Amino acid sequence: MSLEPQSAALALHRFGLGPRRGSIAAIASDPRGALLAELDRPNIGQIDGSHLMTSAVAVRAAFEFRAERRSRQIVAQREAEERRRTMDNADPNTMVPPPTETTAAKPEEPNVVRDIVRGEANARFAAALGAEIGFAERLVWFWSNHFCVSADKVPSFAGAYEREAIRPHVLGRFGDILLAVETHPAMLFYLDNAASIGPNSVAGINRSRGLNENLAREILELHTLGVRTGYSQDDVISFAKALTGWSFIGAQVPEHGGEFSFIPRMHEPGAQAVLGKTYAQPDIEQGRAVLADLARHPATAEHIAFKLVHHFVADEPPPDLVARLAKTFRATDGNLKEMARVLVTSPESWDGRRGKLKTPGEWIVAGLRAAGVTEPNAERLLQAHALLGQPLWRPPAPKGYADDQGAWLDGMALRLDIANRFATQVAEALDPPALIDEVLGPLASNETRQTVARAESRTQAFALLLMSPEFQRR
Amino acid sequence: MTLLHAASRRELLLASGVLFAWAHLPKLARAEGRDPRLLVIVLRGALDGLAAVAPVGDPDWIKLRGDNALALDGRTPALPLDAFFALNPAMPNLHRLYRAGQATIVHAAATPYRDRSHFDGQDVLESGVGKVGAADTGWLNRALNALAPEGRVNPGSRKALAVGPVTPLVVRGPAPVMSWVPQRLPPASGDTTTRLLDLYSHTDPELARALESRIRLAAMARDGNMEAMKERGDGQLTTPVIERVRSYFADAAGTAAKYLARPDGPRVGALAFNGWDTHINEGIASGLLANLFGALDGAFHAIETGAGDAWPDTVVAVVTEFGRTARINGTLGTDHGTGTVALLIGGALKGGRVVADWPGLKASDLYENRDLKPTTDLRAVLKGLLKDHLRVDDRALAEAVFPGSEAVRPMDGLV
Repeated sequence: MSLEPQSAALALHRFGLGPRRGSIAAIASDPRGALLAELDRPNIGQIDGSHLMTSAVAVRAAFEFRAERRSRQIVAQREAEERRRTMDNADPNTMVPPPTETTAAKPEEPNVVRDIVRGEANARFAAALGAEIGFAERLVWFWSNHFCVSADKVPSFAGAYEREAIRPHVLGRFGDILLAVETHPAMLFYLDNAASIGPNSVAGINRSRGLNENLAREILELHTLGVRTGYSQDDVISFAKALTGWSFIGAQVPEHGGEFSFIPRMHEPGAQAVLGKTYAQPDIEQGRAVLADLARHPATAEHIAFKLVHHFVADEPPPDLVARLAKTFRATDGNLKEMARVLVTSPESWDGRRGKLKTPGEWIVAGLRAAGVTEPNAERLLQAHALLGQPLWRPPAPKGYADDQGAWLDGMALRLDIANRFATQVAEALDPPALIDEVLGPLASNETRQTVARAESRTQAFALLLMSPEFQRR
Repeated sequence: MTLLHAASRRELLLASGVLFAWAHLPKLARAEGRDPRLLVIVLRGALDGLAAVAPVGDPDWIKLRGDNALALDGRTPALPLDAFFALNPAMPNLHRLYRAGQATIVHAAATPYRDRSHFDGQDVLESGVGKVGAADTGWLNRALNALAPEGRVNPGSRKALAVGPVTPLVVRGPAPVMSWVPQRLPPASGDTTTRLLDLYSHTDPELARALESRIRLAAMARDGNMEAMKERGDGQLTTPVIERVRSYFADAAGTAAKYLARPDGPRVGALAFNGWDTHINEGIASGLLANLFGALDGAFHAIETGAGDAWPDTVVAVVTEFGRTARINGTLGTDHGTGTVALLIGGALKGGRVVADWPGLKASDLYENRDLKPTTDLRAVLKGLLKDHLRVDDRALAEAVFPGSEAVRPMDGLV
């Protein structure tokens, strides 16, 4: 049995979430096979969400919470005004001084939305720390970023969105993940389609409200064809009309609030022409038919192939590999598992140059895995992500987080700060020189080995290991 | 404070910080009417003992270190201790304590470890076992375990019984330990940044440029060029590192002393300060090491203040894994060596003296023609303190605390 420790280490850093103790040795006999075998495991990429709220339940809980909070604030305001009035009439000499404020830190106020986000984040981090290799999780992260929503706009269901719309389909068909995403209330709210009304629909006429193009444009530009691939403004408008009525039930509605709903009276009547094809289907079928065609479009194949290679392999993707993946996409009707297989079995994917810089999220999780941490603390991890410029589920725009090193190089000094603080907490129990073999294996340069071995303390050694080029690049 | 990982209260307690043992107390000493406190401070990275306490009376001293030799008539004059030794001028506080008989300096001391790896050296220093990797418990913890149990257990100690894997070795072991972690963790030292930049410059120019430019930016902001700071909206890196080190040292040491001073508090504690591995531009009289000495001196002050009425019962032992080369290297620093100093402060000491069997500084006097030759076994000093201050008995000291050290007699008369 031949061993490929070099490829094993590369596999874990490039396609996985970074080695844990024993990871490199465990897959050294067949790194490619191990990556693919992970994708064949039952329920791979899924999170047991039985302790978490569905997006609809979360949206209703958040609505109730905010409504109650508002009512409490109003009552408090009224009481304050009442006090002021009576105090105006009171004899100042008999007034009791107000109680002095205690200096003790205030306990966190109950906040349903914050708890939902933390619970979802915790489940995500736990999945990342528990994964043997983490290829499936990385695919989840990739698709979650490709089809991103922002928790700044949809705080209560950003996490559930990933579990419900992304995870079930990352090894399925592109057409399915596309439909799941574009019919999810989180996306419909994030990109404003929930309020988009056909001008000639019943609701449009009665309320003289109209179209919102946002979702249609981003589907074309970001989710499927890619920017400047030949669609026109008319295509955007027609597609937006086809998507009218794709909405969800109001959060205030008991039992079904927050669930997807097609609302016929908001839907623009009549056929729509998108990219030269006429869609005359009724109601929701019209938008579905456009999405199905977009999912099979050659430009979509090219776009997705490029992004996958750009994410996993190189900031400047090798054209042959992109072409091969695009061909696979077309030949398999967007079979994402097959895409992953071709990616992993192509020689270009194993280029030893490692030009990609791990994103803050990838680097943080890899650091935890290297240290042997198994139980995440969501609150702290969310802080670290935010500090490094990649706050979880809060990308700056619908395009998602940047995926090239230029965006993240600037954060090196902050990473050093985080690495040092983390090392201060965990490094005493670690043996950094030995850990190099577990974490970097044959990827470690002599310079890095020496730098770690000569560190003045375990803390410094572990911080330097986390900051080494071999640990940061993949 | 942003921590990457601090999963639970329990884990926080186990994280490295200031550690105290609660359940075992110096009962015998109490029977004598004393209530002794012992705090151990480990200086990680190998302290240059000759930079801390200079043998200004040695005729070979100036020859050995040239412009880098501390001298009584130097630009920043060293502080005289006796006719032979003088203290680094960055530690006026230690000098005051010495003059008041509340500080003792042991020179040319070393653990039995004779190689030059930090990790192994720290293992030997903290485990108290001569062989590397032979123990997974520390001498301080085993010394506590040898004391008679008080029977009065702190309510929190049951929880703290679970001594976790991230406790520094010196206090790991059978005696239950609890810990307190300063609000602010120590900053990444300038030294860590220097090492990283050096690694990047040899392996990854892109990362080197990225890190360097951020550091320049921070330096600009520090020097008053606030435009750079505004542009980034980032104050994170702009507090000078040495200020953060100072405040961390003082915060950690001062709080430790306060805990030890409490009537119901622990009586033994340990903490570690990093940053002493000075290979490049050591800055003995002014610069890197002088700044660290200043921070350490501030920690001494914080301990004295924090101890309050307990100061007369307090001893603090400051130790390091080994010393540094006697000569200055090619980059105005020193490399890993052997003999160094141990600094003792506290109101319980019979201080005001330098304890040294001085080996001399001629080439033939140096250990392997490069290091200050160790003439005092550090274990003798620690055994002396444990015996006379805490009343750990001789047999426990020779067998359980520093196994195989029968031949190393506890140093008499320290307290």
